[in-house]
Amino acid sequence: MSDIKIVDAPPGVEGAGFFATSLDKAIGMARSHSLWPLPFATSCCGIEFMATMGSHYDLSRFGAERLSFSPRQADLLMVMGTISKKMAPVLRQVYLQMAEPRWVMAVGACASSGGIFDTYSVLQGIDEVIPVDVYVPGCPPRPEGIIDGFMNIQKLVQTESLRRRDTPEYQALLAKYGIQ
Amino acid sequence: MGKITNEELLQKVTAQFGETVTNVSMPYDLLTFETTRENIIELLAWLKTDAVLQFIYLTDLTAIHLPEQTGKEIGVIYHLHSLVNNVRLRIKVFMADGDLNIPSATRVWRGANWMERETYDFFGINFEGHPDLRRILNVDDMTVFPMRREYPLEDPNRVDKKDYFFGR
Repeated sequence: MSDIKIVDAPPGVEGAGFFATSLDKAIGMARSHSLWPLPFATSCCGIEFMATMGSHYDLSRFGAERLSFSPRQADLLMVMGTISKKMAPVLRQVYLQMAEPRWVMAVGACASSGGIFDTYSVLQGIDEVIPVDVYVPGCPPRPEGIIDGFMNIQKLVQTESLRRRDTPEYQALLAKYGIQ
Repeated sequence: MGKITNEELLQKVTAQFGETVTNVSMPYDLLTFETTRENIIELLAWLKTDAVLQFIYLTDLTAIHLPEQTGKEIGVIYHLHSLVNNVRLRIKVFMADGDLNIPSATRVWRGANWMERETYDFFGINFEGHPDLRRILNVDDMTVFPMRREYPLEDPNRVDKKDYFFGR
């Protein structure tokens, strides 16, 4: 037996020659193992993320093979580093240009809360301008921390119903950020 | 040509500008003196074009806020460097808070443009005659001048930014 791990099938009805499950479970499984991140790296956390991308930690194991700096086809916005108030509109624009479904991960103390930069020029957490799904603590977080955050995003993606983004709660959340 | 000493330099400047040069000091052998808004541009232009001194390089232009100096709260500071003679010079011009107008040095050095924009950005000093005086580092819609010493210090009792929250 090889030690290659294969993703377990979602719960469903199995019989001779067929397997039935709900569409959103199948879609969730597929999505969560092919998340395409958009790294928005502004400082040291971005360097830590580069290590995460390297062969030792190898984020590509999770199917995050296509990292691009364009919002096209990106599912996951990874904000890594200090976001100044001058950068906030840019970050927001990148978020708005991503298509649904989209998730956001705030990596490190600065992106999550402003960190040590308790200053007039620094945004005290990106959740002031865009909704955030997962926060990764640390200053900077180790690559393991980033991978843990990524796996938490995967859990969200797997369990998300296909209709969640049409729910009134989600609409209200976006409306709170002034996104139509 | 040998290096010009601070004494010679000071002598030349006072011979030219006399009473307008005040408060001369030499911390760490850097000749420092104050002058007035009325003379500053003339002085800078003369230092730059003088055949012997040739202070052709404006190293830095910045400001300082000293709220305890009543009537002289805000100072604009010029650092000059003579690349030819390898000698440096610092000139200060103090103004009263509330009357922050000073002629722009962009007439003498085009490189003063961004330095003056930065100084305006952080101290709110109006450089008269500057071609494009707007903020350069901070967000455009900011209404304050953050480097002025008129803001209370952070509350020392807050705990939400302690090191142990960040794993430090």
